Amino acid sequence: MFGLEALDLARIQFAFTISFHIVFPAITIGLASYLAVLEGLWLKSGNTLYRDLYHFWSKIFAVNFGMGVVSGLVMAYQFGTNWSAFSDFAGAVTGPLLTYEVLTAFFLEAGFLGVMLFGWNRVGPGLHFFSTVMVAIGTLISTFWILASNSWMHTPQGFEIIDGRVIPVDWFAVVFNPSFPYRLAHMATAAFLATAFFVGASAAWHLLRGRDNPAIRKMLSMALWMALLVAPIQAFIGDLHGLNTLKYQPAKIAAIEGHWENVGDEPTPLILFGWPDMQREETRFKVEIPALGSLILTHSLDKQVPALKDFPPEDRANSTIVFWTFRVMVAMGLMMILTGLWGTWLRRGERLYTCRPFLHLAVWMGPSGIIAILAGWYTTEIGRQPWIIHGLMRTADASSGHSAAQLGFTLALFVVVYFVLFGAGIGYMLRLVRKGPKIDEGKEASEGGPGQPRTPARPLSAAEEGLEDGETDTLPERS
Amino acid sequence: MGIDLPLIWAVIIAFGVMMYVVMDGFDLGIGILFPFVRDDGERDVMMNTVAPVWDGNETWLVLGGAGLFGAFPLAYAVVLDALYLPLILMLLGLIFRGVAFEFRFKAKAAKRHLWDKAFIGGSLTATFFQGVALGAYIDGFEVVNRSFAGGAFDWLTPFSVFCGLALIVAYALLGCTWLIMKTEGRLQQQMHDMARPLVFVVLAVTGIVSLWTPFEHPAIAERWFSLPNLFWFMPVPVLVLLCTYALLRSVANNRNYSPFLLTLALIFLGYSGLGISLWPNVIPPSISIWEASAPPQSQGFMLVGALFIIPFILMYTAWSYYVFRGKVTVDDGYH
Repeated sequence: MFGLEALDLARIQFAFTISFHIVFPAITIGLASYLAVLEGLWLKSGNTLYRDLYHFWSKIFAVNFGMGVVSGLVMAYQFGTNWSAFSDFAGAVTGPLLTYEVLTAFFLEAGFLGVMLFGWNRVGPGLHFFSTVMVAIGTLISTFWILASNSWMHTPQGFEIIDGRVIPVDWFAVVFNPSFPYRLAHMATAAFLATAFFVGASAAWHLLRGRDNPAIRKMLSMALWMALLVAPIQAFIGDLHGLNTLKYQPAKIAAIEGHWENVGDEPTPLILFGWPDMQREETRFKVEIPALGSLILTHSLDKQVPALKDFPPEDRANSTIVFWTFRVMVAMGLMMILTGLWGTWLRRGERLYTCRPFLHLAVWMGPSGIIAILAGWYTTEIGRQPWIIHGLMRTADASSGHSAAQLGFTLALFVVVYFVLFGAGIGYMLRLVRKGPKIDEGKEASEGGPGQPRTPARPLSAAEEGLEDGETDTLPERS
Repeated sequence: MGIDLPLIWAVIIAFGVMMYVVMDGFDLGIGILFPFVRDDGERDVMMNTVAPVWDGNETWLVLGGAGLFGAFPLAYAVVLDALYLPLILMLLGLIFRGVAFEFRFKAKAAKRHLWDKAFIGGSLTATFFQGVALGAYIDGFEVVNRSFAGGAFDWLTPFSVFCGLALIVAYALLGCTWLIMKTEGRLQQQMHDMARPLVFVVLAVTGIVSLWTPFEHPAIAERWFSLPNLFWFMPVPVLVLLCTYALLRSVANNRNYSPFLLTLALIFLGYSGLGISLWPNVIPPSISIWEASAPPQSQGFMLVGALFIIPFILMYTAWSYYVFRGKVTVDDGYH
């Protein structure tokens, strides 16, 4: 099928379903913490603006959470359907970690999510705030477990191999494997940033259309403080993560840098742009800065960075792809930092909310965090190839061995169904955003709870808006 | 040794799957019955009878998948590999139905029929392929060197297709008796009229599956029909017949609750029969839960979390159903 091997199709299918999925949890993580901050500020200051923003974003949070649950359903099965040899080989380690991730999510759903979404008028403000904070922490605990599993596949430790299978011997070592702290920090921060830019773009969009109220201004302002403070921190964490990767997965770094060989004792240059060619074993059309590669990656001017030719061809990742995905991620990061700086400059004299070029930029930067997350994941996951578990199992040995025709068929189904359904879901979320925060909308919080029509098990029920414009003849739910 | 972790996990997963079958069975049944109810208002009522609880099923489905992965990785690998197509189609059906369910509430009247169709199609697809997967599971899998060694379409047999159709009828009966319990008036009357023929069809397909299975699998025939097993297991078919009789009586007597409860009992008996046939294999026909199990370090580690959180999920579920007790009427839809 299109000259793709069955293995490629299995990988594309997994990449497709997880790429769709990851967007929702990332925004969930970010919005949950944002909501906790908003509610904290409302309780502290008594400024109703924070309360109104809380109610506006909690609806979007709910719809997004629902999409995450639905797209996550598939993920619980994709390991077995597409990677059965991997599941048998490493299930004793990755299975329990995945189980803890879903248990955490369900624990949230059964407990605090209900209070958070539907309990505004039923419980005291303190308990409600506590629930929001717990949901925010819970999303991070879920992140913790799934990234422990993923990081273990990059830097496995704490196990033995008995009878050709992985047996965990030290769970602490398994969970806190060498790349885990960096990956967790990098991903959680990425989720915060992606959310901040989504929120900021929403505000800028309304301001450009002349819809200006203090709540909208507050949204933009908060988003830009995040950009100013957190985007540089993210660059720093990313640097640490890169050094960690250099130590444990040097071939990945060589592929990211498109760096084929070291010449004599010369320090490694940094290739800014170029086209890594896997067949010719060189990076063509390259623009490079001497010694900068050594400076960034070894923090010295004489040490060399490992090169692709240090590794046999069968152990190299596809440099053409990861070279560029990495640069897309970095470009997004740099743009975020610049947006944060420009926004801060415009705060002088309140121009932030009126400078149209800047507002246009903020709108365009809306998806930047999500693009950076996807590009970053492609970098780290494709950069890990040809291994599914670094040094232990090759991806080619991990798959279920379905035929290309079969995988092509299901992939086509996934593509159609996902674009239709999640397209509708994302469209609905953007609709909610378009309505914009209203002054005093927090006064009438929607009621619901376990066993009621609006229930945390159906997060989408938290939003009442119709799918389309026009008269609101949406189906009234039982109350 | 003392604690038999594989056994505990087998019980947890079997329990999870049963919770799934029970809780998703009736709301998939509602989707299956949807085409028989034309009136928009009554369709709204049907949706509203499950709206507050239907998503709970997803919990058990995901938990079952993840739990199987961690506790019995070999079974997760082999079974999901072998059932690739039916499982993917089932999942896509479930997603379709889940999203259609929510957006039906939010769609304009003119577009609602599209989401209705998606809801019906998703329910039928999910149910059919669930049944097919079940039939193929009973048929067993060829395993060589710890991996599935059969073909891509091994799951497609007359027996598995029949199981797919059988499950559609079974879930339709669950949905039908659920609606008898949760509704009143004309809709309830219509469900009443449908229940009796449905019971007979369900009885017939149960009988056929119960005979077809031992006929094709000598080991399962041996399990049931050898002495003294026959006496031990005799209560299952006897109870099935008693339940069916009681179910027909309760429908005839216009009972509200007992038809649904008796249908649940029937489903439970069928599930027990399945357990008797397959025990102790997690990958039929010959790999047991002990052979497929993860090491105790994995199962023990997971058990801590499961024992802590599953009670919360159960309490929450029970609370939801308690709050949602009673009838749903057309008027309920309007504030």
